[in-house]
Amino acid sequence: MVSFQPTEDQQLIRDTVASFAQEQIRPVAHEADETGNIPSNVVQQAWELGVVQSLIPEAYGGAGDARSVITGALVAEELAWGDLSIALQILAPRLLVYPVVEMGTEEQKKQILPAFAGDKFHSGTAALMEPRFTFDTAELTTSARRDGNHWVINGSKCLVPLAAEAEAVLVYAAVGKPGHENVGAFIVPKGTPGMRVLGREQNMGIKAVETCEVAFEDCRVPASQRLGGDSGADFSRLLNYSRVGLAAMAVGVARAAFEYARDYAKDRKAFGVAIAQKQAIAFMLAQMAIEIDAARLLAWEAAWRLDRGEDGTREAVLAQQYASSACMKVTDDSIQVLGGHGYIREHPVEMWARNGRGFATFQGLVMV
Amino acid sequence: MIDFELSDNIKQNREVMHMLAENFMRPISREYDEREHEKPTEFFNMVWETSKSASNPVDLGGKANKADGPSTRNMQTCVVIEELSWGDAGIYLSMPNAGLGGAAVAAAGTAEQKQRFLARFREGAPKWGAMAITEPGCGSDSAAITTTAVRDGDHWVLNGTKIFCTSGWMAVDKSEGFVVVWATLDRSKGRGAIKAFVVDHGTPGMTVTGLEKKMGIRCSDTATLVFEDCRIPLDNLLGSAEVKEGTEGFKGVMATFDATRPIVAASAIGIGRAALDFTREILAKEGVHIRYGAPAHKLTQIEKDFMDMEANLQAARLLTWRAAWMMDQGMHNNLEASMCKSKAGLAVTQVTQKAVEILGPLGYSRKLLVEKWMRDAKINDIFEGTQQINLLIVARRILGYSSKELS
Repeated sequence: MVSFQPTEDQQLIRDTVASFAQEQIRPVAHEADETGNIPSNVVQQAWELGVVQSLIPEAYGGAGDARSVITGALVAEELAWGDLSIALQILAPRLLVYPVVEMGTEEQKKQILPAFAGDKFHSGTAALMEPRFTFDTAELTTSARRDGNHWVINGSKCLVPLAAEAEAVLVYAAVGKPGHENVGAFIVPKGTPGMRVLGREQNMGIKAVETCEVAFEDCRVPASQRLGGDSGADFSRLLNYSRVGLAAMAVGVARAAFEYARDYAKDRKAFGVAIAQKQAIAFMLAQMAIEIDAARLLAWEAAWRLDRGEDGTREAVLAQQYASSACMKVTDDSIQVLGGHGYIREHPVEMWARNGRGFATFQGLVMV
Repeated sequence: MIDFELSDNIKQNREVMHMLAENFMRPISREYDEREHEKPTEFFNMVWETSKSASNPVDLGGKANKADGPSTRNMQTCVVIEELSWGDAGIYLSMPNAGLGGAAVAAAGTAEQKQRFLARFREGAPKWGAMAITEPGCGSDSAAITTTAVRDGDHWVLNGTKIFCTSGWMAVDKSEGFVVVWATLDRSKGRGAIKAFVVDHGTPGMTVTGLEKKMGIRCSDTATLVFEDCRIPLDNLLGSAEVKEGTEGFKGVMATFDATRPIVAASAIGIGRAALDFTREILAKEGVHIRYGAPAHKLTQIEKDFMDMEANLQAARLLTWRAAWMMDQGMHNNLEASMCKSKAGLAVTQVTQKAVEILGPLGYSRKLLVEKWMRDAKINDIFEGTQQINLLIVARRILGYSSKELS
C-alpha cells in the first residue's frame, strides 16, 4: 500500500545521522573546504555510527543488517546535507565493501570484510570515472585483459576518493566489447605493482575530501580478485545503487542551500520589508522547496524498486538526472537570494553550488 | 514503510477505469472536442448507472478521520481520475457527479443538508453539482467577490454575476442539480463575511446567460450565471452566518481545496501521461529508442527531452500521491496540496507542449489527439488555484508568513 512514512527504525537512523551532521559535520565543513582537510575525529565518530559495518554480515564481524537502499538513501541525504565532501569521505569505504558483500566470492568476503567491521575507520574505495570529456560507463577506456591466471589492467582513473590510503581499490574495467555487461570489477590491494596513485586532484568542489587520479600500467591481479570470480558481477546494478545514492546526496545538498537562503531571506531587509516578502524571492524559494521534495520522491521510488529486486535502471537514471539538475538550480538560486553576499566564501552557498555542480558528472562515488 | 505499490483494490479499479477510458472515451474524444457544448449522453447514462450504486468513482475524498484509522479514499480518487483524464479530460470533467459543489456540502454541510443535497446523486437521472466563485472582476483574489447575500425574512437574496462555472449549465438548467455560490454578507467586513450558499436548479432569479468557448476541455460547459434577486431558503447557507473577524470562516471554505487540489493535479497527470504514452509509442515505431544511462554526449535531443518529460511527470505524480496519502492519514496537507498542484500544472503544460513539438507536422494535425491534449492540459495550470497562487501558498507555508506578510 502506498506510503511515504519511513519505518520507526529508519526514522531513528535518519534522526541520528541528521544530528551528527548538524553537530559534528557542519561546524568543520567550511574550514575543511578552505584547507582541504577533514578532521580525523569527525571521520572516526562517523565510523562509530556504523554506516559501513552495519551491512557486513555477522560471519565477518559486522552488524548483519538487512540491505535497504531506501535506508541508504536516507543516510546519504543527511550526511550530504551536513557536507558533501565529508559525506563522501565517510561513505567511501562502502565503495569497496558493499559490492563485496553483495557480489563477492566467499574468498573475497573473507579477505576484505573483517577489516571493515572493526572500531576504527578503515579506508577503502573504488575507481570508476576516467579523465576524459567523453567518459562513458559502457565504454570504459580502462581495460582488463585475461592472461593465464591473471588479469592485466591498463588505463587511467580519476575522482577516486582516498586512493592513497585505501586498503584496496575496486577498479572497474572493460573486459570485452562495449556494454555494461562487459565491465568487470577488480579488487586491487594497496601497493600492487602497476597501480600508481598520482597525487591529489584539484577539484571545483568537494575540496575537503582527497580524490586522486590513479594510473594502471600492466597492473596484474590474480583472477580470484575479480569481483564475483570468473562469472563477474552485476555492474548495472552497482551503477544503479550509486545513481540513487548520488540522487539522495544531491537532495541533501539542495536542501542545505534552500534552508540557508530561506533563513537569510527572512532576515535580510530591503525596500522596507524582509526580502522573503517580495514575490521574486518568495517564488524562487517555493520552487526550490517543491523541486527538493520532488527529487527526493523520485530517488525513493528508484531505491524502493532496487530493494524489491527490480532492475530499476530507468528510475535510477531519471532520479539522478532530475536531482542533479534540481540541485544545480537550487544552489545557484540560493547564491542569488543572498545577492553579493552569496558570492563571498564566508557564506556556504557558493560552496554548495560548487559541490552541487558535480552531480551531473559523478558516477560511482557512493554506494547505498 | 515507504512503499509505492498501489493496493490491489485500487489497481483493480484502475484497470476498470482504464478500460472505460480506452474503449468508451477515446473513440468519442475528437467528436466532443469539435462539437463543443454537446454532451455524450449515452456515455453519461452508462457511467451514472455505475456511480449511483456502491462506490462513486468520482468521490471527491476529503480528509480522513484519524479515529477511523487510515483510509485509501483520496489515493483511489487520484488514481481513478488520472485514468479517466488519460481517456479524455473534457469528458471526465463533464461527467455527471456532485463536483466541487458536492464537495463543499460534504465538507461544510449539516447532516440534513447532506441528505437534502447529496442523496440525489444516488438516484434517478444524471445530475451535476457545481461551484461558482469567480466573477468578471476577480479570480485569484476570491476574497474580493462582489456577489451579495442579503437576509430578507426567511430567505437569502443573492445578487451578482459568476463566470467560469464548470458544469454550471448542466447543474442548474439541464438536471436536478445545484450550484454552490460564494457570496458576501457584507463587503466591508472582508473575508470573514464570505459564505457559501446552495442554489437549487430552477430557482427563480438565477440564469445561465452564456457558455465559454475554450482552448480545451471543450466538452465541459463553462457557464456564466447571473443572480438577480435570487431568493433561497435560509437553511441553504453552508456553515454559520456569523461574520467572524479576520479570515476564520473563509479558511474553512478554502480548506476544501486541500482535498481538491491533488485531484485536479491527478487529472492533469492523466493528460500528460496520454501525451507521454503516445510519444513513446511513436518514437518506438520510428526506431528511436531512449537509452537510459547513456552519457550526455551521446544522447540525442529527443532522448533528453523525453527523459525530462518522464521524470517531471513522475515527480508530479509522486507529489500528488503524497498529498492524497496525507489526506488519507488524516494529516494536514495544505503545503503538499499546493506543491503538487503547482508542479502538476506546470509539468503537464510542458510535457504536452513538448509532445506536440516532438511529433512534428503530424503532431500539429487534428487527425491525432496529441494537439488536443496540449489544449486540454493548459487549464490545469490555471484553475483550482493558478500555478502562481499555489506557489504563493507554498511560499507562505515554508516561510511561516500570513497572507498579509506575503501577498
